[in-house]
Amino acid sequence: MIQVEHVTKDYGQFRAIDDISFTVNKGDIMGFLGPNGTGKTTVMRMLTCFFPPTQGKLMVAGYNCFEESLNVRKKIGYLPERVPLYADMTVSDYLDFVAGIKGMRSKEIKGKVGQVMDDCGLADVNRKLISDISRGYRQRVGIAQALVNDPEVLILDEPTVGLDPQQIKGIRKLIKDLAGRHTVILSTHILPEVSILCNRVVVINKGRVAAVDSLDNLISAGTDKMFMRINGDQQAIMAALEQLDCTASVQQGENDSKEEGGFIIALDDEKQSSKRMHAMIEENGWNIEEMRPMETNLEDVFIQLVTKEGK
Amino acid sequence: MNIRSIGIIYNRELKSYFSSLTAYVVIVMFLLIAGYLFAAQLTMFADISFKAQTDPMLAKQYQLLNITETVVRPVFGYISIIMLLMTPLLTMRLFSEEKKTGTIELMLTFPINDIDVILGKYLACFSVLLTMIVLTFTFPALLLSLGEPEVKPILTGYLGLVLMGASFISLGIFASSLTENQIVSASVSFGILLFFWLISYSVTLVSGGLGQVLAYLSINKHIESLSKGVIDTEDIVYYLCFIAIFLFLTLRSLEANRWR
Repeated sequence: MIQVEHVTKDYGQFRAIDDISFTVNKGDIMGFLGPNGTGKTTVMRMLTCFFPPTQGKLMVAGYNCFEESLNVRKKIGYLPERVPLYADMTVSDYLDFVAGIKGMRSKEIKGKVGQVMDDCGLADVNRKLISDISRGYRQRVGIAQALVNDPEVLILDEPTVGLDPQQIKGIRKLIKDLAGRHTVILSTHILPEVSILCNRVVVINKGRVAAVDSLDNLISAGTDKMFMRINGDQQAIMAALEQLDCTASVQQGENDSKEEGGFIIALDDEKQSSKRMHAMIEENGWNIEEMRPMETNLEDVFIQLVTKEGK
Repeated sequence: MNIRSIGIIYNRELKSYFSSLTAYVVIVMFLLIAGYLFAAQLTMFADISFKAQTDPMLAKQYQLLNITETVVRPVFGYISIIMLLMTPLLTMRLFSEEKKTGTIELMLTFPINDIDVILGKYLACFSVLLTMIVLTFTFPALLLSLGEPEVKPILTGYLGLVLMGASFISLGIFASSLTENQIVSASVSFGILLFFWLISYSVTLVSGGLGQVLAYLSINKHIESLSKGVIDTEDIVYYLCFIAIFLFLTLRSLEANRWR
């Protein structure tokens, strides 16, 4: 549905995006992750045809974002990060206006706008001026205008910023419901949001793609540490583990955590190393009480990816 | 170009003019100043006519006793100067405000051509200006009920005002597309308009072909024959070209934004 091929974007001397490529399939909800100022918004602006790339090609729904921009724009609903709305209009006037501009017929507009307002929980503010409503409501108006014409592709730049927990839940449900019929790209800083919503993740850092993968793969890829609880003289075990040349690092489990009284071990090469480790433990007459791969969460993976790229 | 999109943009802009009170304030100021100048000119004319009854020397000054020459033409002149002062206030927000608040980002990613956005905004602003001009119809109505002014110069004079106002707007909308600061936008359009106004005064200083070129470029030269009742295609073409050139430059300026 969306293809980004070797895209580079320069702002004068500054290279904001450096040769990134990824694809998003129809029906995916793709999370777009990265630290601040790494070019997430830039990529989204290129996808929405706000400006063209310096080099490379972006395709949305089979149309080139630069050459057939009008066709692309018909397929897209976009929520910019700043949520720019016309403050002097009422919520329902604004949504009517957007629906009209997106080419909906006058007959369809009324029903569709009403439905979108219900979906986004805007029914009780529909007669209010946009300048008078709260940040959370503005955010929802922004989402409503992106959704109003049922676009195939939704591009949401930090959709849940500024919402209270209940609203966040509502919006996440809304986005989740869109999966399948719509293709969604959303950028966010909130990592749990990605694990809740997205089935694919693109991590970018300093204008480059640090990882593209499904969420499960990404998290399991981070699992190169294991946890062991071994009976015996802890000091000696620690020393023996550290002496093995196949262990990259050995840490004692932190107090008051699930890992208290055990060891967190990072291995160089899983199969080879674990064999040698087992042999070593048997030689010394210790026995393994508990052994499992360490659970990594998305946060660890994210920080790992971002700091690795940064070095 | 898509008439429906233009209409939607036009409606939004026009509502915005009136909900933000800009239109009311500008129209009221315009009418107050124009009305004052009209009244002053009319009083002067009445005064001269009255004195001419007893002063045979004054009675021979036919031009002074002609209502078209003494009231209609000067008032058209005043109105065009007030328009020059007021249109930048109407045009300054058209694109600058959208750039400042960021709404331009959504506007340019909606499935709508840039030219439709420009024309919608242009026509909305033009409608406000037209309202302003139409409200001054009370002046000639008053003249027609009190005296016998020539009708043709009044009609062509209004045609000139409309064309000139339309030109002011096209320059103003261009200035607005250049910056996100409304004050800068108004200053730029006011400055350039004044320049086009003032070059007519430098004509006498420059001789030959260049002088004629400057005279042709001057924006107020072309309203002169219209306010005398003469429709010269050259004048009409001048204003239409002026409008087209600055609308085209606005289009380019919007496209240039995308490249930044």
